Amino acid sequence: MMHAIEKLVRAERATKPAMTILKVDRRVFLVGSGAGLALASFAGPLAAFEGYAVGGSDMPNGVVTDPRIFVAIDPDGTVTIVAHRAEMGTGSRTSLPMVLADEMGADWARVTIVQAPGDEPRYGNQDTDGSRSMRHHIQSMRQMGAAVRTMLARAAAAEWGVAEGDVTVGVHEVTGPNGSLGFGDLAAAAMALDVPAAENLAFRDESEFRYIGTGSVPITDLHDITTGKAVYGADVSLPGMLHAVVARPAVVGGKVVSFDAEAALAIPGVTRVVELPAAGSPVYFAPLGGVAVVASNTWAALRGRDALEIVWEDGPNASYDSAVFRVEMEATAAMPGAVVRDQGDWDAAKAAAARVISGQYYQAHMAHATMEPPVALANFANGALEVWAPVQSPYGTRKDLATFTGLDEAAVTVHTTLLGGGFGRKSKCDFAIEAALLSKEVGAPVRVQWTREDDIRHGYYHSTSIDHIEAAVDDSGKVTGLLHRVVAPSIMSIFMEDSGYLANWENGMGHTDMPFDVGALRCENGKAMAHTRIGWWRSVNNVPRAFAMQSFIAELAEATGRDHKDLLLELIGPAREVDPDGMGLPDGLWNYGESADVYPIDAGRFAKVVNVAADAAGYGQALPEGEAIGLAVHRSFVTYVAAAARVRVVDGRVEVPEIHMAVDCGFAANPERIRSQMEGAAVMGMTLAMHSGITFENGAVVQSNFSDYQMVRTDNFPRKVTTHIVPHPFSVPAAGVGEPGVPPIAPAIANGVFFATGKRMRSLPIGDLV
Amino acid sequence: MTRIVLNGVSSEIDADPAMPLLWAIRDIAGLPGTKYGCGAGLCGACTVHVNGSAERSCMITLGDVEGAEVVTIEGLDPAGNHPVQRAWREMNVPQCGFCQAGQIMQAAALVAEKPNLSDDEILVGMRDNICRCGCYERIVQAVRLAATGI
Repeated sequence: MMHAIEKLVRAERATKPAMTILKVDRRVFLVGSGAGLALASFAGPLAAFEGYAVGGSDMPNGVVTDPRIFVAIDPDGTVTIVAHRAEMGTGSRTSLPMVLADEMGADWARVTIVQAPGDEPRYGNQDTDGSRSMRHHIQSMRQMGAAVRTMLARAAAAEWGVAEGDVTVGVHEVTGPNGSLGFGDLAAAAMALDVPAAENLAFRDESEFRYIGTGSVPITDLHDITTGKAVYGADVSLPGMLHAVVARPAVVGGKVVSFDAEAALAIPGVTRVVELPAAGSPVYFAPLGGVAVVASNTWAALRGRDALEIVWEDGPNASYDSAVFRVEMEATAAMPGAVVRDQGDWDAAKAAAARVISGQYYQAHMAHATMEPPVALANFANGALEVWAPVQSPYGTRKDLATFTGLDEAAVTVHTTLLGGGFGRKSKCDFAIEAALLSKEVGAPVRVQWTREDDIRHGYYHSTSIDHIEAAVDDSGKVTGLLHRVVAPSIMSIFMEDSGYLANWENGMGHTDMPFDVGALRCENGKAMAHTRIGWWRSVNNVPRAFAMQSFIAELAEATGRDHKDLLLELIGPAREVDPDGMGLPDGLWNYGESADVYPIDAGRFAKVVNVAADAAGYGQALPEGEAIGLAVHRSFVTYVAAAARVRVVDGRVEVPEIHMAVDCGFAANPERIRSQMEGAAVMGMTLAMHSGITFENGAVVQSNFSDYQMVRTDNFPRKVTTHIVPHPFSVPAAGVGEPGVPPIAPAIANGVFFATGKRMRSLPIGDLV
Repeated sequence: MTRIVLNGVSSEIDADPAMPLLWAIRDIAGLPGTKYGCGAGLCGACTVHVNGSAERSCMITLGDVEGAEVVTIEGLDPAGNHPVQRAWREMNVPQCGFCQAGQIMQAAALVAEKPNLSDDEILVGMRDNICRCGCYERIVQAVRLAATGI
């Protein structure tokens, strides 16, 4: 009988054209056959860590802790560990197995990683999003590692006829009074043992960690990436595969009225032209519809699409215009909105104020622009569907594919390739559904390739917004109240009839969850209807909220004659955990799905990262003319990040020679990837600050490619990013770092520009010159 | 039929000579290491070497390289141990990795062109390759390491 994990190994190797070593007779032993484990307290004999509750248990299909699902050991000692989350560049495909391997005692050089298909009933939640992978799974990975280690120890003790206490698990071997046995030697015997209950497990002391917390493990795909062997969405091929591109309606809600395929079909290589049904409303992850050209190669499909003649009906969003919409949002922001936080008495604070200082901030839509545009391969054959795609939620994709093709979920398989960037775009599987519908229609495997223009023009856009902020200031210059009003179309508009208002979880991203220690704090949300597909984009609502509030505080400091850092720390207030019940939240605190007991809003941690970043950057020192250090801090996804950006403005061009980033993500499981995430966030943050603006005219996106939707490049990027990780023991709950680095960057840069030049940047993107 | 020397092997590619080299490499020759990123010469993800020079394979046709030596990431070094590849691993450069083949091909041409590159030369030489994950600092460090050993 072939173990399920070996099937994964074989499937993965089959997709790698360059893979030459195939051990077809390889036997993989199950490690254990006992009862499954429940996530419970970890009061093991060594009491090396006490478990804490995470939101992973509340996610669909929860967290699986059965090592038989995640670990296999070969007789030759190869340890195979399943990566069940999608890899889009954060390193989770390395870091989670690394945690398991370390606790288990495995030698990383002898660990093989295989990618799980979309199967949450088996693997637990796989929706790779929300900076959740490490936060939700570090404990389960340690628990499974400890269970396997215990089983190997017991197997060795039985083999030698000695007490379990007389054997020691070292690196990839177990040592007893009379010698040693390798993990491979013990795999078969360990298989016969029950999986020990969680409460009986002992855990390694942190001083024993070889990989966890050390940053000593390179990413598992490093060699493949540098040699062109890494497999992304467009890199899997099947015999008889056809290539498709789709002409989609320029306006969301648009439809094909008629089309002429004659010229397209005359292009050599074009085999079929297929109309795809228009998306309904709400649009969800449904393909937008349009006309697909199917061909024997990508170029023929592209030429065929160019030759199509299509008459479109643009539908209800045909008048969407970003300039007009901005004016509408500004008008809405001038009036009271729905109150989403009301702590203290803002009206009284404002009435009593010596001065009211206000600021208003704008952000344009943004596209994700993953380097790998959406792409998917589908093979619909014999009543079953198999899909290879770079998707963040492979099981969600599987369920959606079943819905859209009319198949049972059991007849659908989704293989997650590496993602050439995700940032939230690849949470939406419209491109995989397109491939499935086309494969079903043409009766052959079909790869749907999105061009860059498709990607820029048919995205799920980060919401555009207006943030209006007012501060009440008394005679002494002290801030006695804050009003923060947000007007922005909601992500919920893709899932349900649009109310025009943001959901509590959107308000909870950097708007209603701030720790400010002022007398009155009111948050409001004004109505704004969506006229395109609004989607989550790395860090989501935190991006404009942090830009607005962190910019405003710098303006407030200037207006009240205060030092920016001093005022920022004063507003954050004394070290304390903010009581969610005292925050004046009508719908309660949305804390990224986490309990505020486990992941509190901790003002002390806010202040700590501000001080660490500012001190490292030399905040307060005299700088040459035209240079300044801009500060910003934000907590998102329960991780705290401060940025101190040294900004230089040369002939109107903004340069960022250095950024110091201080990050507090609780226990730091893989510092090396935490640093890489902060470095990347600095670059993406500078890109969104300077360049990222998607605008609409006549309902359609104006931009098209990297020519008019520009990226920061090596000729002007944050040249040196130094990441300072606030150290914590394992007992401080770990949080993710994929998103939290981004929000403070744009305001830190804008504040740097402000203090360097006196010019206030209140609209994102800033543009090429200030 | 277009004759090229592809990764050191004399090859005949059976495709319309007007096909962009990128799609000929990927769809016809079956070498997926070279990536599509923009199709407009703006991002560098599809960079290959044509007679030793870094070129955007989306911007030249198969016919343009008739008789030329074309090297893709798969053929840069038989064991994947070109100094640039080793430097990339030394610096743990990639995040998602998608743009990295193009970055490495660009860097390899740059390093071959001029020994002891200055940092400014690296910054200018790599400016046409976009990395959305933002690995630029490590890219610069890796190119410097490959170019100068430092």
